[in-house]
Amino acid sequence: MNLLDAVFQGLMLGGLYAIFAAGLSLIFGVMKIVSLSYGAFGVMAAFLALHFTEATGWSAVLSLLIVVPLMAAFGWALQRFVLQRTLGGSALPSILVTFGIAIIIENVLLITESADQKRMSLGWIDTAALELGVIRLGVYPLGLFIFSVLLFGILSLVIARTQFGRAVRAISEDAPTVELLGIRPKTIYAWAGAIALALAAIGGVASGIQTSFSPTSGGMLLIFAFEAVIIGGIGSLWGTFTGALVLGVAQTVGANFFPSQGILIGHIVFLIFLAFMPQGLSGRVKRS
Amino acid sequence: MTAAPTEVSQVRVTRWTRTSRFGTPAVTLIFVILFALPFMTALSNVRSVTDLLIFIILGSMWNLMAGYGGMESVGQQAYIGLGAYGFVVRADQLGINIFAAVLLAGLIAGVIAFLISFVAFRLVGGYFAIGTWVIAEIVKLIITQFPSLGLGSGMSLYAMSSFDRDLRIAVSYWIALGVTMLALITCVLLVRSGFGLGLTAVRDDPTAAATSGVDVSRAKRLVFVIAGIGTGIAGAIITISTLRVQPDSLFSVQWSVLMIFMVVIGGVGSIEGPIIGAIIFWGLREALADYGSLYLILLGVVAIVFALFFRGGIWGLIQRRRRFSVFPIGYSTSFDGAK
Repeated sequence: MNLLDAVFQGLMLGGLYAIFAAGLSLIFGVMKIVSLSYGAFGVMAAFLALHFTEATGWSAVLSLLIVVPLMAAFGWALQRFVLQRTLGGSALPSILVTFGIAIIIENVLLITESADQKRMSLGWIDTAALELGVIRLGVYPLGLFIFSVLLFGILSLVIARTQFGRAVRAISEDAPTVELLGIRPKTIYAWAGAIALALAAIGGVASGIQTSFSPTSGGMLLIFAFEAVIIGGIGSLWGTFTGALVLGVAQTVGANFFPSQGILIGHIVFLIFLAFMPQGLSGRVKRS
Repeated sequence: MTAAPTEVSQVRVTRWTRTSRFGTPAVTLIFVILFALPFMTALSNVRSVTDLLIFIILGSMWNLMAGYGGMESVGQQAYIGLGAYGFVVRADQLGINIFAAVLLAGLIAGVIAFLISFVAFRLVGGYFAIGTWVIAEIVKLIITQFPSLGLGSGMSLYAMSSFDRDLRIAVSYWIALGVTMLALITCVLLVRSGFGLGLTAVRDDPTAAATSGVDVSRAKRLVFVIAGIGTGIAGAIITISTLRVQPDSLFSVQWSVLMIFMVVIGGVGSIEGPIIGAIIFWGLREALADYGSLYLILLGVVAIVFALFFRGGIWGLIQRRRRFSVFPIGYSTSFDGAK
């Protein structure tokens, strides 16, 4: 694999990471809600989609029409009735509850499914590719990349321009004051939870088509998304997008030089950012 | 301002309370009796109690770091793995005496924890939690690069082959018991010292602690390193009882699950809590070992319920009516008598 091709493959891979990291960036980065169960939700959505396609024979993409609203509703209820109680003060309760949820989901999946690797197929699209000289772009990864640009565009417009987006940003700064202005933080938090799980579902299904997944692959999904958020800079959506691209390129270019060490190289690039550029690419000042 | 000195002398400040004056000797006595356990019961039981002791060490160390230092790490499996690998390298490849190798393994884990702290401390709260998890993954990926460390499949431990099976189980038990005592003594001394007071202040409010003159990052770093040492030694003991290092199981995030659930169910931020949590965890495991996943689901549910409704854990519930302590860690005041 030549270097130029590796860079392009990395960008495509980054597009996939970006889709999955979008929800985490919103709740963990912008709203400062700790979530350790985000990866597990992605895997859960992938299994839901898998069963849906097996039962109906529809395409995995169409299954999103069912899986995404389902996960969004679940996210809303979870945030409203469980996670809301953990907000404020120490981070320990929310770390514990979300970690507990991740463990529960993982083990429920281990019982109901098997520990085997699963994968969803889109038929001929799986292997279709565009040949551009030395670069070979898969149709599906390219489609994902374009989709992720659109997704981040819509998401940042929502956060920047809408009433909901203003409320989200205001609450992450100072929830009690926002409440004085007649906005109910609980409602906003619940909707943010719904959006986050909808995004986790899209990301989980997208990655379940591109690579294989198993009940225990949630941890890795969470770690990649987290790395993208930190490299990009906490609190910035486009930063997360760029961070995901950096991570993807680091992994594929790294694997180009050190075969089968791509993931380690990606981690090391993350560590370098953490050590020398903790504010991330977007350069915003981090608030604890 | 002008209070007479005679009034002040009426108040007596003591470190030992009525419960700790009784509790500490009782705990010491239990430990002394426990030393004789291999002579009193079947070896399978000794092995099982060794696991309990490992749980207590892991829980106490995690609690020291999270409950007092406010650092909720999800990456302590890094130090279990480092301790285990460090032990095998010292004991097998360098031929160091196993008792010295156990301590050295902890020391190696501590040195690496010190280095890691400089990167990990860039993050706080939930970010710190996932960051430490990533770091644990990195440590695992790096260790499995070395052919001399058995790459991805790990190594067997040969240093213990000079002991026969019965003696080996007893020796690993005694090491675990000794380390458990050391770990608890360290926790008590640290928490009761002025340093521990500063640490608790850091947990409750880092900014206020810093303005009161506590060197926040130094305090956190020291606790992080001590937790690394203790967890590393636990890793070495795990290896003595399993006779193998296997990277996927040693570096598994399940260890963090174990530590966190144990401490939170027992009671975070107290010396007694992790011990109670470890005993419950161990008892449940003995009873539900055959159920595997179902057992973890149950624990997950219980831990969530505790985190949402009983933040103080079981120790907090016990203390609801009256606060008391088994160990002399606080200050208590009593009046010698009315004027």
